[in-house]
Amino acid sequence: MNPALSKSGQVVEESAPPAIEQPAAARVTRVSPVTRFARSVFEITRKDLLVEARTREILYTTIFFAVSCVMVFAFGFVREGRPVQDAAAGILWIAIAFSGTLALGRAFERERHGETLRALLIAPIDRPALYLGKLLGILILLAAVEVLVVPLVALMFQAALFSHALLMIGLLAAGTLGFAAVGTLFAAMLVRARSRDVMLPVLLYPITVPVIIAGVRGTAALLAPEADLPMARAWLSMLVFFDVVFVTLALWTFEPVMTE
Amino acid sequence: MDFDNLRLVEVTRTFGRRRALNKVSMTATAGTITALLGHNGAGKSTLLSIAATLLQPSSGEVHFGAHDGNAGGAGLRSRIGMLGHDLYLYAELSAAENLRFFAKIYGLDDVERRVDAGLERAGLTARRDDVVSGFSRGMRQRLALERALIHDPRLLLLDEPFTGLDEAARDALRARLRSAREAGAIVLLTTHDLAAIAHLTDVSVSLVDGRLQ
Amino acid sequence: MRKLFVPVAVVAAAMFLYAPFMILAAPYESTMGLVQKIFYFHASCGMAMFAAAFASGIGSAMFLFSKRPAADRLAVAGAELTSVIGLIVLVTGPLWARKAWGVWWQWDARLTSTLVMWMIFNAYLLLRRYGGPGSDRLAAAVALFGMANVPFVYWSVNVWRTLHPKTSVIPSLQPGMRGPFWFCVVAFLLLFSLLLSLRMELERRRQQLDELYLAAEGD
Repeated sequence: MNPALSKSGQVVEESAPPAIEQPAAARVTRVSPVTRFARSVFEITRKDLLVEARTREILYTTIFFAVSCVMVFAFGFVREGRPVQDAAAGILWIAIAFSGTLALGRAFERERHGETLRALLIAPIDRPALYLGKLLGILILLAAVEVLVVPLVALMFQAALFSHALLMIGLLAAGTLGFAAVGTLFAAMLVRARSRDVMLPVLLYPITVPVIIAGVRGTAALLAPEADLPMARAWLSMLVFFDVVFVTLALWTFEPVMTE
Repeated sequence: MDFDNLRLVEVTRTFGRRRALNKVSMTATAGTITALLGHNGAGKSTLLSIAATLLQPSSGEVHFGAHDGNAGGAGLRSRIGMLGHDLYLYAELSAAENLRFFAKIYGLDDVERRVDAGLERAGLTARRDDVVSGFSRGMRQRLALERALIHDPRLLLLDEPFTGLDEAARDALRARLRSAREAGAIVLLTTHDLAAIAHLTDVSVSLVDGRLQ
Repeated sequence: MRKLFVPVAVVAAAMFLYAPFMILAAPYESTMGLVQKIFYFHASCGMAMFAAAFASGIGSAMFLFSKRPAADRLAVAGAELTSVIGLIVLVTGPLWARKAWGVWWQWDARLTSTLVMWMIFNAYLLLRRYGGPGSDRLAAAVALFGMANVPFVYWSVNVWRTLHPKTSVIPSLQPGMRGPFWFCVVAFLLLFSLLLSLRMELERRRQQLDELYLAAEGD
């Protein structure tokens, strides 16, 4: 079983191969691990945003999809020009969930093309930094989508979404983070799996149910005739707790899940 | 962290019921170019992935000099460069931006100088701000190779690098690999095209059904 | 473990034989009458389902971080049992609800959380089956996330008004009901552990088969 080594017709150098020293060795400054980590995250997010800025493909298509979603649900739930109660809250979060799933799938499909995800896995980046970089990129993208879709829902359903703007923004931020935190992990791990297009929603929706529940109930509490602020705050707290738990869990499992 | 050889000891890798590599043992030392020959499905890409620490062997050991493959982590990966069949380039970014991004995530100093040097070696200085999606296969190949080499890796892994290249591009690739060898790199490339590697490699090994012949 | 199998099976069988008598003898619940007696099996299955889910979650966590095949066997066995026992819970529940409260289903927190957990483990099984090679590791992450999910949805019981009796239904059970209830719980947990070990053994043999294939092929 020993490999049979054969020389090609190359002129064999008589001298032994050079020792360890490399003439043009890569100079790397010694930085603290935290700085290195932060820099990796920053570079990855920046690259993602740069790539997206070039084509704006995911941004535009996701916005359009979210708007279509809202429209379709509007036809389903609006009767005689009056919105069904609570419909606005539900429709908003469904639109976020659906378009978020799409954006996640597309973002990682991009990394599949050219297998650049492999290049990132080979690079000396800590796996958690890779995860965070990707997560931040997705968050910024989804934030951009929500900036457009939330006012649209407020308009179409005459829902006073901004009467308690801070709480509303808090709910949106915490909810989107929870959704994206789980979604980024799942989308990344499915990159090389079969049936990944349908697998992502199949896996993601059940696990992000608490996010949707909290988001919808929290938003509905804000939209009620007498806004139930303590209720909304309670849901917001749950969302924040969810975010902490699941981002931590994702950071923890990203490495074992991505190595084969 | 550095090393002067790559050693595989009885490396086996199975995927369910399929054995991709069967007790492969080999050593590649600094300043050599090793060719891994074999038909498609013989296990070449699997071996390369294991050498890149992307894949764990099912059994057996991988040693990078005195370092064990399992314990490597980020430090080890900083000494490895890989060029896959899919080139690992961002099509939406320009040539310079691609090199710059990878230089930054490898934590290199003097990023701009390296980017310029890489572009020059690839002969793409004139096209540095052009988006990669507009490049020909040969141009992308040259850029991808510079990307893989931008951090002066000790171990350079190339998966079917000669595919789709015309003769001029092949000459350029061969020249670049020779200069990498002179700088003391361990070069391991896979190919099923014997003619391409004539007069290039120091060592050739063949994989048949996951076994070294 | 294997030596205990037959004795445990005998005990469990005996308990199941005796259980109906205990249930019949138990006092009637004041408002719901006879229908309430489905509770003994329904709630016991609920507990077994949670046990299965946690078993799968723990197996998955161990598999992700230690890569031991035994952990993966626990994970997949637990997931399958969560799916099956969950089905029993989700069928007996509405049967009871229809008679007790007049509706088949309510979107209250506990029902919802059970349904969600059931869906998560079904998704786990789908991923293992259709996800291609390496999906055992991916599914382990799903199970882990699913398990972490449970407290969140469960917690909602206390925040959200609900028709479903709150968790505290157990201490406030009439004394006469406690005996049969815990008896059934033990019976179901025994049954669960039997099924779990059976399924794990099956998985172990399947893995052995793969190894035999590999051995027969090469060398």
